[in-house]
Amino acid sequence: MSKAAELAALIGSGQAQENKNLLINSAMRVAQRGTSSTAASYKTVDRFFYSSANLDNHAFTQTQQAVTDLAGFTNSWRITTTTAESAIAADELVYVAQKIEAQNLQKLAYGTSSAKRVTLSFYVKSSVTGTFSTNLYQTDDSRIVNSEYTISSANTWERKEITYPADQTGVIDNNNGTGLYVTWILASGSNWKGNAATAWEVYSTNNWSGAGTYTDAVVTTINSTWEITGVQLEIGEVATAFEHEDFGTTLAKCQRYFVKFATGDYYGNNYSTGHSFTNIDPPVPMRATPTTTYSDARSTSTTDNTSFNSATRVSFYQQSQSAYISNPTADAEL
Amino acid sequence: MVISSAKYITHPLASPPRNGGVKATFDGVELNVPLDPANRHYAEILRQVDAGELTIADAD
Repeated sequence: MSKAAELAALIGSGQAQENKNLLINSAMRVAQRGTSSTAASYKTVDRFFYSSANLDNHAFTQTQQAVTDLAGFTNSWRITTTTAESAIAADELVYVAQKIEAQNLQKLAYGTSSAKRVTLSFYVKSSVTGTFSTNLYQTDDSRIVNSEYTISSANTWERKEITYPADQTGVIDNNNGTGLYVTWILASGSNWKGNAATAWEVYSTNNWSGAGTYTDAVVTTINSTWEITGVQLEIGEVATAFEHEDFGTTLAKCQRYFVKFATGDYYGNNYSTGHSFTNIDPPVPMRATPTTTYSDARSTSTTDNTSFNSATRVSFYQQSQSAYISNPTADAEL
Repeated sequence: MVISSAKYITHPLASPPRNGGVKATFDGVELNVPLDPANRHYAEILRQVDAGELTIADAD
């Protein structure tokens, strides 16, 4: 085969595509908020969050973990159960996910006859073996498709590949809202499963998980662990090699959704007598007007950190001279 | 997200006066939220208001 033919074949196979991965921070290297937390939501590795519903006992830590036993990877995202849920009741649910911005998914052509299939691949390691459920959830039209994977060996990295069907019915809006959830389910009560949505269908609670028999043991067993890295969602029916990305590129992608500015004090400019502004421009335009936080200020009682914000500037207004704020963050997550 | 309270914040310089954000407590953490429907915190406030689960108090 000529070099030109080899190149054409490579491009045709999809293995030569740049930016083929629809997910961000897939190697779990960026953790602006911190490396360990006992809270739910976005707390450690950027873009990934933990969510639960109606639990009674479960306590956990989520950590950005150093990886030494998976060639080519340095980090993972680990969930560790520190207090076990005694049993999974019908209404109880635990999952982790990343939401993908809708305008970045238009190439999937959902809602048309040209809709594309996508393949999810990831490395997973858990102290628990068994079958777990996953799903893609499309919020604009409230549609869902689910699948499953099986962990065969405890505490061993395994690569999983799941190809999801195309959705020729539901339309992902072309905007900066949520387009898809990519979800890994760690425990689900009977209200959340029983309906195998192997093709796209309308979401109805009982198809969040599929119809299989899924283990909840990560949540019901103290000291159990579940961790992932090398997560990739790409167009096509074949999982290609993981697309490693340089740290700066990944960080910039993450900063569209969350920015932890450099630690320290930021001094403002006097606007008029007794009025100051501290303006900070995010490294990249953010997805939406962010919610900002700060740890200290010249005059905390009169600091306004909402009224003047935009996606391209965070602004702290204070009714004082020589104002400052400390350790700001800006959150425009989905 | 559990929102235990929500109250409008007056824009500090606007004339005539108008709201500039919402001070709300999310899962025990107080946040000042901009009035952008694409902001996830404000979107959740609006969802809970529409569902009848939350009322935003007027600004002082």
